[in-house]
Amino acid sequence: MLMDKYLWLIPALPLGGFFILALIGKNMSRTWVATVGAGSICLSALVTFVVGGAFLSGMPENTVYTQTLWTWFEVGEFSAKITLSLDVLSLVFVFVITFIGALIHIYSTAFMEADRDYARFFASMNLFVFSMLVLVLADNLLLMYLGWEGVGLCSYLLIGFWYEQPTNGNAARKAFTVTRIGDAAMAIGLFMVFQQAGTLVVSDIGANASVIWQPNSATVTITALLLLAGGLGKSAQLPLQTWLPDAMAGPSPVSALIHAATMVTAGVYLVARMHTIFALSETARLVVAIIGAATLLLAGLTALTQYDIKRVLAYSTISQIGYMFLALGVGAWTAAVFHFMIHAFFKALLFLAAGAIIESLHHEHNMFKMGGLKDKMPVVFWTFLAGAISLAAVPLISAGFYSKDQILWYSWSADGGSPVLWAVALAGALITATYTTRMMILTFWGESHTHIGHLPGKRMTVPLVVLAVFSVFAGFIELPHNFGHFTLFSDFLHPVLPETAMQENIPSEWLFQLLAALATLGGIFLGYYYYYQQPARIASLRQNGLLVRLYRFWFSGWAFDALYDRMLVRPFVFIARINKSDITDKLYTGISGMTGEMYKLLSRTQSGSLRWYIMGLVVGAILILGIQIML
Amino acid sequence: MMLVLLITVLMAGAVVAVLAGEWNRNFPRWIALVACVIGLLLVITLWAGTGHSVADSQWLMDYRKEWIPSFGITFHLAVDGLSLLLLALTFFLGVLAVLCSWDEIRERTGFYYFNLLWILAGVAGVFMAMDLFLFYFFWEVMLIPMYFLIGIWGSENRVYAAYKFFIFTQASGLLMFLAILGLYFIHGRDTGTYTFGYFELVNTVIPFKTAFWLMSGFMIAFAVKLPVFPFHTWLPDAHGEAPTAGSLILAGLLLKTGAYGMLRFVVPLFPEAVKEMAVPAMVLGVVGVIYGAVMAYSQTDLKRLVAFTSVSHMGFVITGIFALNELALQGVVMQLVTHALSTGALFLMAGMIKERLHTRDIEQMGGLWSPMPRMGSVGLVFAMASLGLPGLGNFVAEFLILLGVFQAQAWITVAAASGLIFSAVYSLRIVGKIFLGPRKTMETVPDFSPREMLIMAALTVSVVWLGLFPQPVIDTAKPAITELVRFMDVQNTASHDQSYVK
Repeated sequence: MLMDKYLWLIPALPLGGFFILALIGKNMSRTWVATVGAGSICLSALVTFVVGGAFLSGMPENTVYTQTLWTWFEVGEFSAKITLSLDVLSLVFVFVITFIGALIHIYSTAFMEADRDYARFFASMNLFVFSMLVLVLADNLLLMYLGWEGVGLCSYLLIGFWYEQPTNGNAARKAFTVTRIGDAAMAIGLFMVFQQAGTLVVSDIGANASVIWQPNSATVTITALLLLAGGLGKSAQLPLQTWLPDAMAGPSPVSALIHAATMVTAGVYLVARMHTIFALSETARLVVAIIGAATLLLAGLTALTQYDIKRVLAYSTISQIGYMFLALGVGAWTAAVFHFMIHAFFKALLFLAAGAIIESLHHEHNMFKMGGLKDKMPVVFWTFLAGAISLAAVPLISAGFYSKDQILWYSWSADGGSPVLWAVALAGALITATYTTRMMILTFWGESHTHIGHLPGKRMTVPLVVLAVFSVFAGFIELPHNFGHFTLFSDFLHPVLPETAMQENIPSEWLFQLLAALATLGGIFLGYYYYYQQPARIASLRQNGLLVRLYRFWFSGWAFDALYDRMLVRPFVFIARINKSDITDKLYTGISGMTGEMYKLLSRTQSGSLRWYIMGLVVGAILILGIQIML
Repeated sequence: MMLVLLITVLMAGAVVAVLAGEWNRNFPRWIALVACVIGLLLVITLWAGTGHSVADSQWLMDYRKEWIPSFGITFHLAVDGLSLLLLALTFFLGVLAVLCSWDEIRERTGFYYFNLLWILAGVAGVFMAMDLFLFYFFWEVMLIPMYFLIGIWGSENRVYAAYKFFIFTQASGLLMFLAILGLYFIHGRDTGTYTFGYFELVNTVIPFKTAFWLMSGFMIAFAVKLPVFPFHTWLPDAHGEAPTAGSLILAGLLLKTGAYGMLRFVVPLFPEAVKEMAVPAMVLGVVGVIYGAVMAYSQTDLKRLVAFTSVSHMGFVITGIFALNELALQGVVMQLVTHALSTGALFLMAGMIKERLHTRDIEQMGGLWSPMPRMGSVGLVFAMASLGLPGLGNFVAEFLILLGVFQAQAWITVAAASGLIFSAVYSLRIVGKIFLGPRKTMETVPDFSPREMLIMAALTVSVVWLGLFPQPVIDTAKPAITELVRFMDVQNTASHDQSYVK
């Protein structure tokens, strides 16, 4: 049975929810707001299951569901349609967005219950999910850009949700502006694509990419890099990563939505979606891999130094997305998408659980003021633990292990891989395990520092438990080649994403797995040793001036904020300020001023003194006569 | 005949309004409203009837009568899709201008609405005149009532602003008049028929050097109106001091006459000179985009701020015009319409805030979302429109312009795309300073009244509609645009004696 005519319902339901809440939400009861707000996403998830199920069961190879709703605009050769298209890649994203989105919405109905702007919150959240769905379902780059910018708008609305605090508004503005820099580059990328391909329809570009572009030509590299710039902005990768940690200003469910299911994965989606272009440029892929590797290391080290639990998670997101970019860069397309999905589960879980903790501790974000929550909040503890082992990639028993191990393996062995990239990724794995352990210990073990308020209710714990189950077990759908060799997920994606090309003569996969497992366990041990067993050691490390300076440097996120502030923000503001009254106007005030002066000068000759007038006449007459005689 | 009616209904309304104002000061606004609504309905009927027009001509309607035959001056009005769109815009904004003045203007209402309607009549005339003398006549008709509008009903510094506006427009207008006369005499000398008729003059063959100077005459008048950097400095003053409806009409309509003039006169009359000047003009456009945006960021007076965003947006227009391809020109037409709506809305909002807080200084605003969530949401929509969020009309416009310019000069697009970032910076500053943050004043400020709600809802729906379904506008403008592009292409390949239109 073809279900493609229902495809539009998936984004339309959240959009409908947005409109209802935005227009009449003020006058609705809280129950109704919650019903509409969470219900629309749940229904959307349900439609996804039904349509997705039909799609999978009736699937011959390379099926794509498409549905054209209307023609957006057509000028000359250019045509943009509002067309949705569902293939396996978008199906994975749609599934994650609606399913995790629905859980986050259910959680939010309880989390935001006391908030004054309940309806505004759900309206923005619904719009957020809608935009993201448009982004992944768009069949052409322009419609994708619509979703892309919509995501930016919603992040602005939600990060600045508590708008009376100026810092929140600034964080929101920063998020929008920084990602906008990437978006502007991406827009130029779209112009280039259109100029060369004559279309913005993704499938047409993909089918003809090798005809349109010479492999490794400058044009294809520039095009790919421009598109990548858009992805770097939304996915918070170097050098546009600075907005994400500040985005923690929003309510916790917003962070969960931004970090797990939506916004930050947009860049991963874009690169995966346009893989045909990236495949044609080795340089572009190398750039992707290097940026991913650098970001994962940098953000991981920063996470190690944070004390705000949400900032630890924020930097860990940047770092994990770095892994996905690394995978994309080395050509391990399916591994990137696999890690995206697993990461979505455990990161949503961690943020929601962190939100529950923060809520119960009267808005305390500082991990050093938490402690001892293990027994007092058992459900949160166990679910958080499930998320944490997945983040740390504890071997065999966590989903994160299977997805991350794949990336580590490919970062050496895949066509674009290299030992250096692998070493960075391995170091990252160690760091990840360390900061995860540090976070767990500080939050749940040791002495309690803050009094606990009310405990989270069912509407908050049920989503946590569901996500915990996925965080642990979702990894089993894709097992490594050397044990199990169960490749359900990558097989599923292969109609859209190509197989990973491998190098020849590579060492055994076993060795890599062993080293990855050792890195994780080593990291856990480090965290355990310094924060549980020998906390005094930390104090002694603090005596070392060099280490302290390094700590401060990492803590500030490698001073990127200060750098951009000095290099870009302040000069801009300075120029704007000194020119407030518009220098070009001086030209005109100058003219009028000169006219005024001339007038004053001439008016002085009108003195009323007859002698002067006669004098003037005589001098004038002499001059004129003189000139005539001379000529 | 309908075209004449469009102008006379406004002029007659103006006269009746000033007379009725002597009687009761509430009558004029009703008369003005009725006049604008009738005009709007007429344009809509005209638009609805365009489906039956002759397929192979871009012109939909034509009216011609001798005026001063001895000088070859005719009263010649005609509309094509481009004029039609701008006429619709004129009357739509006219209705809104009357509605937004409803309570704001309490003194000398008769004369106020006289001026308002007279400006609209001038604008409508400019969009229809097909005789260059008549065109100049309407060009001047717009000017003087606007001078009064700013000078009498403006705020503190109104006299300075009114003078500045007048001198800039008048001086540049005279240069245009000289260029018109030059064209008139060259055509007369070459062909023996002395005429101001557009359709005759458009086929004049002019030596390149002369063409360049004549073009400059036109160009300066239009560049001042648009405004193009560095001729923009009258705009912030005029906008800042004008009453709300004045700003609305300035931003929404008067600036558009500059762009219209370039499309209608400069490009077809001087195709070769235009091609020669294309790159410098586009560079000026890009400078305007960036300069306007940076200036907008630095302003603290809300109306001056929005005025500078206009400079930035109009930079896109001139860049697009000189790209001379269909994509960019369609983008320009779209930009004219959507900028009128979105910037008009921001000026209206500035007026509404001023009525409530008695200030235009954004440093004294803040936190206004909680008392006025409706205004906040609408303000957000138009701030987003101004930064070019997809789904709103301005995006379609700017996207098409940039896409078209990219085909012509890729580097210009790259520079202009930085405008996307700057526009985000200033737009979010508007939202942040006005609506977010802590409250600065504890006065009670009421949210939209039903009248204000009606105005803003009309604008919001329009800008969203244009963002999602822009095709009707594109299709309406299409014959005019494709004709222009075809003409320029022919100029490229063949000799001059290919004729423009008919």
